[in-house]
Amino acid sequence: MHKGKGMKFVGDSRVTDPSSRPKKTPKDYSEYPGKTEAFWPDFLLKEWLVGAVFLVGYLVLTVAHPSPLERPADPADTGYIPVPDWYFLFLYQLLKYEFASGPFNVIGAIIMPGLAFGALLLVPFLDTSKERSPFKRPLPTGFMLLALASMIYLTWESVVNHDWEAAAEYGKIKEEVSVEFDETSEGYELYQASSCIGCHGNAFEGGLGKPLIGLDYTADEIVNIAHEGLGGMPGGTYTGTEEELHKLAEFITTLQPAE
Amino acid sequence: MLNKIYDWVDERLDITPIWRDIADHEVPEHVNPAHHFSAFVYCFGGLTFFITVIQILSGMFLTMYYVPDIENAWESVFYLQNEVAFGEIVRGMHHWGASLVIVMMFLHTLRVFFTGSYKKPRELNWMVGVLIFAVMLGLGFTGYLLPWDMKALFATKVGIEIAASVPFIGGMIKTLLAGDEHIIGAQTLTRFFAIHVFFLPAALFGLLAAHFIMIRRQGISGPL
Repeated sequence: MHKGKGMKFVGDSRVTDPSSRPKKTPKDYSEYPGKTEAFWPDFLLKEWLVGAVFLVGYLVLTVAHPSPLERPADPADTGYIPVPDWYFLFLYQLLKYEFASGPFNVIGAIIMPGLAFGALLLVPFLDTSKERSPFKRPLPTGFMLLALASMIYLTWESVVNHDWEAAAEYGKIKEEVSVEFDETSEGYELYQASSCIGCHGNAFEGGLGKPLIGLDYTADEIVNIAHEGLGGMPGGTYTGTEEELHKLAEFITTLQPAE
Repeated sequence: MLNKIYDWVDERLDITPIWRDIADHEVPEHVNPAHHFSAFVYCFGGLTFFITVIQILSGMFLTMYYVPDIENAWESVFYLQNEVAFGEIVRGMHHWGASLVIVMMFLHTLRVFFTGSYKKPRELNWMVGVLIFAVMLGLGFTGYLLPWDMKALFATKVGIEIAASVPFIGGMIKTLLAGDEHIIGAQTLTRFFAIHVFFLPAALFGLLAAHFIMIRRQGISGPL
């Protein structure tokens, strides 16, 4: 049977004589001397095996490291130090340098990336020699290696200058903690009058500071923390009397999460 | 049976030449790792496409749960991650694939660059490839916002501020991306979703088709 050959189509506009058609099949690779291999099925099978090995590694990565999810976006929270995905870090780092930020922002944000991208896009017209070996084209090879080295350096600088642990801690999904307390109690009035409420929240739920619910401290320890500070919390910001501070500390120890 | 169906279609549409154009060609020795192990560098392009296919498939499944709305986006991702059967795997593949595709595409670009394969007659294919690179970075940037968590929002804020610093048209770019002159919010999320799942993939498909047609047309570059 002639597959498709000699079929008459109604209003056939095709050129039916194959010899008058321009040759559309790609070049035969036997022009390169050596052991060529048919794409289908021999080479495709090998590609498929490479793909399978790659997929195993990919799945191991996926299972070993579940994708991260921080707490829901809060546009009002200004304490978060933004950081882009890792492949944009070099650009982000570039913008931190004096010559590429502030009044020179346009240099770091537009001109330098624009030049780099433009050069990459137009490289066939910039490097027009017939030579293909990287060793015989010192300029293109040199520029590319320089660009690579700068990207690696900038990414590295960005990584070591970002406090990943603090960011992860800040972005962590917070358990909703709440507590029932008497808003008319003396303890709460002291709390409202103090500066503690600014960071620890109206209902002790935390904010800039940690939540004050279910703390594992005694009243004396809390008084001590108020004086000395702890972690990112500065000490000595309580302005009331020592007696009031003790009352407040006692009150805070009574804040246990609602069951 | 299958042969008969093939013959039936072929008799009417003459599909054999199409099939031969796609699959019937020879692979030269210098790109075949079975002959020279160092030829594994020629695998990077294929692996980039492989991950792209995985990204498309996993992304399609993610949209079955994802809600592009500031009230529900995070909740839907949290649900998908923690409640849906294999949701963690599908989201994980999309998350890690987004990074791997950049890595593989970068390696592929370096291979083409250092083997001088962009030279005549392959200039156009190189330029299409660089545009694919840009589209992929755009997909990475827009996809990063979608979970609507802290790092997503603030990374996007920074990115949009950078775009806004373009002279003359910066403000317009910002409005186009964010949906508002000032607010990064509900409009931004829906726009990024639309860009991520409709606009950029459409551009990507067109560019990939051009990339592959040109490869088949010109063949792979010869040995150095």
